[in-house]
Formats: sequence, structure tokens, C-alpha cells
Amino acid sequence: MISGNLGFARRARASRRHGCQLVKEPRAYRALRTALAVGAALLGSGCDLSHVPVLDPKGPIALAERDLLFTAVILMLIVVIPVFAMTFLFAWRYRSSNSNARYTPNWSYSVAIDAVVWLVPAAIVIALGALLWSNTHKLDPYKRIDAAVQPLEVEVVAQDWKWLFIYPQQGIAVVNELVFPSRTPLSLRLTSDTVMNSFYIPALAGQIYAMAGMQTRLHLLADAPGRFAGRNIQYSGSGFADQHFEAIAASPDEFNAWVAKVKQSPDKLDAASYRALAVRSKGHPVTYYSAVAPDLFDTIVAKYMGDPAHAHQHAGQ
Amino acid sequence: MLGRLTIDALPFYSLIAFGGALVTVLGGLAVVAGITWFGWWRTLWSEWLTSVDHKRIGIMYVTLALIMLMRGFIDALMMRSQQAVALNSDGYLPPEHFDQIFSSHGTIMIFFMAMPFLTGLINIVVPQQIGARDVAFPFMNSVSLWLTSAGAGLVMVSLVIGKFSTAGWTGYPPFSGSEYSPGVGVDYWLWAILISGIGSTLTGINFIVTIIKRRAPGMTLMRMPLFTWTALCSSILMTFAFPALTVVCALLVLDRTLGMHFFTNGDGGNMMNYPNLFWLWGHPEVYILILPAFGVYSEVVATFSGKRLFGYTSLVYATAAIAILSFTVWLHHFFTMGASANVNAFFGMATMIIAVPTGVKVFDWLLTMYRGRIIFHSAMLWTLGFIVTFVIGGMTGVLLALPPADYLMHNTTFLVAHFHNMLIPGALFGYFAGYMYWFPKAFGFTLNEQWGVRAFWCWLIGFYLAFMPLYALGFMGMPRRLEHYNMAAWQPYLIAAALGALLILAGLAFLVVQLVVSIQERQQALDLSGDPWNGRTLEWLTASPPAPYNFAVLPQVRDIDAFYEMKARGVAYRRPDRYHDIYMPKNTGAGVILGVLAGLLGFAMIWYIWWMAIAVAVGMWAVIIARAYDDAAEYCLPAGEVEKIEARRYEALASAARTQTAGGRSFFPQQLPEGLT
Repeated sequence: MISGNLGFARRARASRRHGCQLVKEPRAYRALRTALAVGAALLGSGCDLSHVPVLDPKGPIALAERDLLFTAVILMLIVVIPVFAMTFLFAWRYRSSNSNARYTPNWSYSVAIDAVVWLVPAAIVIALGALLWSNTHKLDPYKRIDAAVQPLEVEVVAQDWKWLFIYPQQGIAVVNELVFPSRTPLSLRLTSDTVMNSFYIPALAGQIYAMAGMQTRLHLLADAPGRFAGRNIQYSGSGFADQHFEAIAASPDEFNAWVAKVKQSPDKLDAASYRALAVRSKGHPVTYYSAVAPDLFDTIVAKYMGDPAHAHQHAGQ
Repeated sequence: MLGRLTIDALPFYSLIAFGGALVTVLGGLAVVAGITWFGWWRTLWSEWLTSVDHKRIGIMYVTLALIMLMRGFIDALMMRSQQAVALNSDGYLPPEHFDQIFSSHGTIMIFFMAMPFLTGLINIVVPQQIGARDVAFPFMNSVSLWLTSAGAGLVMVSLVIGKFSTAGWTGYPPFSGSEYSPGVGVDYWLWAILISGIGSTLTGINFIVTIIKRRAPGMTLMRMPLFTWTALCSSILMTFAFPALTVVCALLVLDRTLGMHFFTNGDGGNMMNYPNLFWLWGHPEVYILILPAFGVYSEVVATFSGKRLFGYTSLVYATAAIAILSFTVWLHHFFTMGASANVNAFFGMATMIIAVPTGVKVFDWLLTMYRGRIIFHSAMLWTLGFIVTFVIGGMTGVLLALPPADYLMHNTTFLVAHFHNMLIPGALFGYFAGYMYWFPKAFGFTLNEQWGVRAFWCWLIGFYLAFMPLYALGFMGMPRRLEHYNMAAWQPYLIAAALGALLILAGLAFLVVQLVVSIQERQQALDLSGDPWNGRTLEWLTASPPAPYNFAVLPQVRDIDAFYEMKARGVAYRRPDRYHDIYMPKNTGAGVILGVLAGLLGFAMIWYIWWMAIAVAVGMWAVIIARAYDDAAEYCLPAGEVEKIEARRYEALASAARTQTAGGRSFFPQQLPEGLT
């Protein structure tokens, strides 16, 4: 739990500079602060918002996804602002008590206006469509990130209710902590050994589902060392709320040191210890495995594949 | 004997669950006691439960919707209060209970609040708008109502006996499969929507046929009022989309009950087929809910701007375009499932295209207000609140249609805020507008304006307060369906959202007050003319409430605003030379009996009480056969009787005209019925 909170602490420090974060202070003062923060939230100004993960991303993928969001908002304001203006203007000007306003009870059509109301939204949608097409291909989660450095491969397994990260290149495995060097692309293969999960580190990249018997892919990269909140974001049962982990982008040295530390662990992940790990657990602590059975990930995927007859035979053993 | 039903199914395991059950049971008993005390059983049975009159069926649908709105809203309040307090703590709801609440909230609001509400409005209004005496299949209409009610009943029963689903209103497998959700919860959910879904399919068929075949002479398709157009499109969507839901639920029932493997993790199952089939219904469903509300807005904005609807043809084509496109976008509900970029881009672009006809509609409503004489009746306020708020929801919808942006925002509270932003202002405000607009048509007196306006402001401000913070929380990466959390920065927003929910609670309470006050003061608000708002379409030609046959003589339609045109020519209230016998469908208990049996069938299947399931199925078959042999399903209202009813109608009209000339209550300037003073 302590390590799980570090990423949030970092953001807490960042937002404290902007003066609206809950901190440990006398009760009344804290209540006042809460009230102020609620007030801020009410106004929608949300002084936290400039530092929230989606709007202040820490990697190129999430940044590109956010920029697309901003561009789309600006394009749509071309329609949205006139609608706001016209609603208030017309409602006020043509109120029934204003007998100065023109009244044309039978006017109901104009070719020019009809053309504008169809064509302007259509033009915006065409522009957005072009943007959508190129960005959907550019930001395809399956696409490798171009970088001079070789990507770090990690295999991700969703379990009830925790995340298992297998590092095939390093031969180690970790539960509920994802450490990787910054500025190195992270290449993820994901599956689930339970219900559908969705793997999500909002500050670094969008999510992707993890499903049993199948493998999905996600590529991401962190610009600088940092600690980020990651979690399952697809509801998966009563332990769902606690199914989060910390994603730590480290310097290369720190990463190597971390790998060495994991290798010191007495625990090894083989078929037996995997079965023990796969049992349902809530708020599972960070756990290191110094060795991992080869092809464990593929075994987990294959477990749900194949013909039913074979599977039943297997289950009967 | 009782399958898996044992004494453990009663909610003695949790105080809160027990409280919910107690309130449900006591509420039910209070209603039964009340009906007995006032001696209403006979009237209730012969005039209402067995009725096949589209207006009464409509009223019963709306009543069901309002009751279920209360239930669904209590769920919402519980979720908001839990999330407001559950920072680094468990709050007051354990996960198992919280998960049932978000599942039942969504299920109730979509299937048992929104669907009956819009079906009720369509039932009350459409036959009158097209100048018809009834729907094409009055008995089937009654069956639809009672199947929907049976589904709602099962959801309510799950409060008392057993538990409800924890799999969310979408019920994605494999979580909703028997391996991960072994109890009866998912079965309650499945049978409730299976039974009510068949009711909705029947409603769709009924109104397609009614609108195509029963229009008054002269009413071409392009003279149909906009609400009828949206009802037609919505009915087409119901007919073609609901079978997908029925099939997907049936497959899941087979998985769960007979151990099949359509959607299981292993043994050849493929869970990805479920979201595809589910959303093949689910996305058209959004438009099933929203299109009729668009129809209400179109009627309201023209009436209260005192002006012809702008761009009628555009609005019709926009409605039809939305209906067709709604079948081409289902995959945008799961861009994150790993489809290729080409597939995601296709569905993203199809989704954005829907924004074009929707935008056209918004501009057409605004241009209807332009150079009008706008009266800010509560129905008009809902419409204005809708236009401004809906545009925000449309914008966030286009954002979610961009697959890369959706990767970031999917499954967060941003998504929750988006679809509530579409469905509260988009659909529910429209239903409320329709409720306040057509209430006098259904009951013969207008609703209290003051309380209506108060309710509107509470709902509108409450909506912003409750859902704008959820947009912000989405940017912070907060997941939906979260029972507790450890991010301190989220809490202020969640407290604000809870306050918003309280404001909406006030809005809901004011709606109740409005109804009570209006009933008490109805003598001062009688709608004698049948046309309280200077209406434009044919439903305002009938009496309020209308005679069983609506129109003694079928009207001749010459214009889109048929009734307005008749008033302008001074022929709206012309007495016919003579009346004819009118044949009307007889009331029948078969519909309500089928509904009760369907509910029992669901209950038996949920609890694996096989003998009961077989007995009830045989019983249903027997009722259907018996009904099929009933050749005397109509009765004749003789011309003399019609004349008497119409004579009373003309007396009322004359009295309305006198009140108006005497400077009495006349909220709206309108032409006097000719030759009546």
C-alpha cells in the first residue's frame, strides 16, 4: 500500500504548489479546505485539473491522444458556441412579452439556412474524420514505438484482483509493480487468467482489454523518470476497487538495480506457485519472483484454447 | 421442490439490504391496503388492468416509469453518497451490495424507467396525432405493457428474495457467466430484460403498423407530426434491435442454466461475441430512447414559439438518418478490445457522422424559436435546458468517438458523465416536457406551473452539479463502478456530485408535489377545450380526456399542422351531420394474466423450480389459445351513444369559449371555437 501511494504523493506535491490539496492539518482547517476544494470543483475551475494524468501526460502516446482531444474540442466549438449564443439570444429576444421583435408565424424554411446547418457540421465532421483516420492508425496500441533503443518486453497477466508482470528478457516476475526504464519503449503483451480486465496507466497511454485465451498488445513510453498510477479499469468483481498498481519509470541504472533486487528474491514462479498466486486475493502486496517458468504467459493463454474435449480431459487429470 | 430457493434467500444478512426489502414489501402492502380500503379493486380490474385502450395503457406505462424512476434514483443516491465518503475507507456499502446497486440503477433506468416512459407517451399521443381511434393491435399493446411490468416486477422481487446481478447493466461475460457469478443475481437481470424485451419488440411492431396503416385521410407520410415520425423511427429500431438483445440474453441463459459455452473463457466460448451482439441492440437503444424525446421537443418548441416548425423536411430526414446510422456504430462501445486500426477508424467515423443530423435538429429547433413569440411554459423550459446541455454531451460524445481519445477516457467517469449527459437532458427532460405538455390531454386538467418550474431548475442545476465533476474525474483517471478509492484529490469532486444528486432529489420531490397540488386544485385548471396550449397537431382536436374512440368522425388532414390549419379555416369544431356506430376492442384480462404468468415463469427459471416453469409455460399457452378463439373481441358503440358523448363535448367547448370571452383563465391566446359562444 505504501508503494502504491507514492505516485499519488508526487501529484499531491505538485498540486499543493497550486494550493488546493488535502493535507494533514487540524480538523476544522481541513474541513474548511475541503469546503474550498468542493467549491472549486463546483465552479468547474478545478485547480487540480492542470496536473491530472489525462490532461498532463508523461509520455508521447498519451500526449498525442490528449492533443487529439484538444483539437477536436476546438473544432467542435465552431458549432457549440453559436448554439449557446443562439439559444440565449433567441429565447430572450423572442420572448412573448417583447412585442418589438419581429413575428413571422408561418416562416418555416430557407434553402440557404438549410444548406448551412447541414454543410457546416458536415465539414467539421469531415475534418475530424481525416484527423481520426490518421490518428487511429498512428496511435494504434499494437504499433511499435519508433526509438533508437530496443523496447523492453513485459508480459501482463490480469488476475482476480491483481496484475502479474513477467519480464521474459530478465527472467523475473513481479506482482502489482511495473518498473521500466524511461525513454525506452515498453512493449506489452496482455492476457487475463480471469474475467475481462482493462489495463490502464492514464498518464502514459490509453487502455487495452486483457481477455482470457487471447493476447492483446500495448506500447507505451515515459519521457522521464516518475511514478504513475495504473489499474484495471474494467469492473471485474468485488476486489476491483483495490486492483491498482504503481508504474515506475526509472533511470537505466535504477532499473538494473531493481532487476538485481528482484533476482535476490527467494520466491520463484513455477506451475505450483502460479496456481497459488492465481487464487482470488484483494489488495495483494507487491511480490517479487527471481525466476519464472519459461513460456508461462503462453501457457496461460493456451489454457483456455483448444477443443473442448481436450480441455475436459485436461481438467479431469 | 423449490429449486435453489431456500430461507437464506431472504435478506437477513445485511441491515441495509433488509431495509430495502422492508420498504419494498411495506410499500407493496400499503398499495394493496389502500386499494382495498377505497374499494377500488373492481374499477382497477375492469377499467385499467384489463384495458386495451391506448390512452389507459399509456397512462399505466408512465405510472410504471415514474415508480421505477424513484427506485432507480434511490440507487443513484446510494452510489453518490458511498463514493462521497469512501476515501481510504469502505464507506457504508460493501462491494457486493454496491455492485448490485450500480447494476440495478442502470437496468432500471434504461429498461423500466425510460422505455415505459417513452412507450407511454407514444401510446397516449400517437394514435391521436394521426387521427386514429386506437392502435393497430390493441390486445398486443396490453400484452406489451404487462410483459414490461413483469420484468420490472422481477427486479423489485430481487430486493426481497435473493440478490440482483453485480455484473453491471451491460452484464459482460465471462464475469456474468456461472463460473464467476454463480448466484441468482445475473438470472434476475437476464429474465427481467428477456421478458420486458419481448414486450418492447411487440410495441415496436404495433406502432409501425399503427403509423403506417391507421393514419387519417389526407395524412401523407410527409404530413405526419414530428413526434409521430420519431415514434415511427423509434418503433422500427425497437423491432429490429430488441431481437439482438433477446438472442444474446437467451444465449447467456443457455450458458448459465444448461452449461453451454457461448461466452465462457474456455471450451470454445468467445466472450467477444457478447459485446458485439449486446451493443448491436445497445446503440440503437440509445436512439430508441432519445428520438421520441426529440419528437417531444419538436412539438413543444413549435407550440410555445407560436410558429411553424422550421425545416420540417430536414428534421424528418435527420431523424431517419439517425435511425439508420444507429445500426452502424455499435463497435464504438469497445474500441479498447483490440480491433485493428481500420476497424476502429471505420466505426469512429460512422459515429461522428451521426453528429451531423443531430446538429441539424438542434439548429432547426433554434430557428423555430427565431422570430417566434416564445412562452416559457415548463415544457419549453425543459426544451431550452435540453438544447444547451445536450450540446455539451454531443461534444463529449464526439471526443469518445475518436478511438485514441476513447482509449484514454473509456470506462472512466468521463464516460459515465457523457451518457448521463445524453440521456438526462436528451431523453428524460424530453419525457418530462411531454408529461407536462400532454398531461391535460390524458387527465383533463393542466399541471401546476409553479412547481413544474421549480422542479425544472432543480433538475437542471442538479444535473450540472452532479455530472460536471464526473467529467473532471474522468480526466483524473477515475474508473466507473468504483466502490472505494485512495485518491484524496477525487473526493471534493465526488462530494460536489453527491450534492448535485441531492438537488435532483429536490427536483424529483417537486414533481411529486406538483402532481399532488395539481390534483387538489384541478377544478381551477380544467381543460374544457381540449386545446390548452393553442396546439397545432390533431391530438388537441379531441376532448381532454378523449372519448374512448378519440374521434367521432375521422379528421381530414390538409397540412403538417393539421389542427392549426383546421382552426384557421374555422372548421375544427364543426358538428358532423350525423354519427355512425363505432366498433371498439373489448377489454380483456388475457394481457395481464399473461404478464403475471411471464413473471412467474421468470421467477421459476431463476430459482430452477422446473415443475413451476413447465406449469406456467403450459398456462401461458392455454391463455394464448383461449384468446385466439375469442371471436367477439369487439363491441359496438351505437351512433346514438356517440352523439350523447359528443353533445357533452360541445357543451364543454361552449363553456370553455364562455370562460375565455369572460376574461377567465386563458393562459394562451387562441382562436375561439367558432359558433360556440
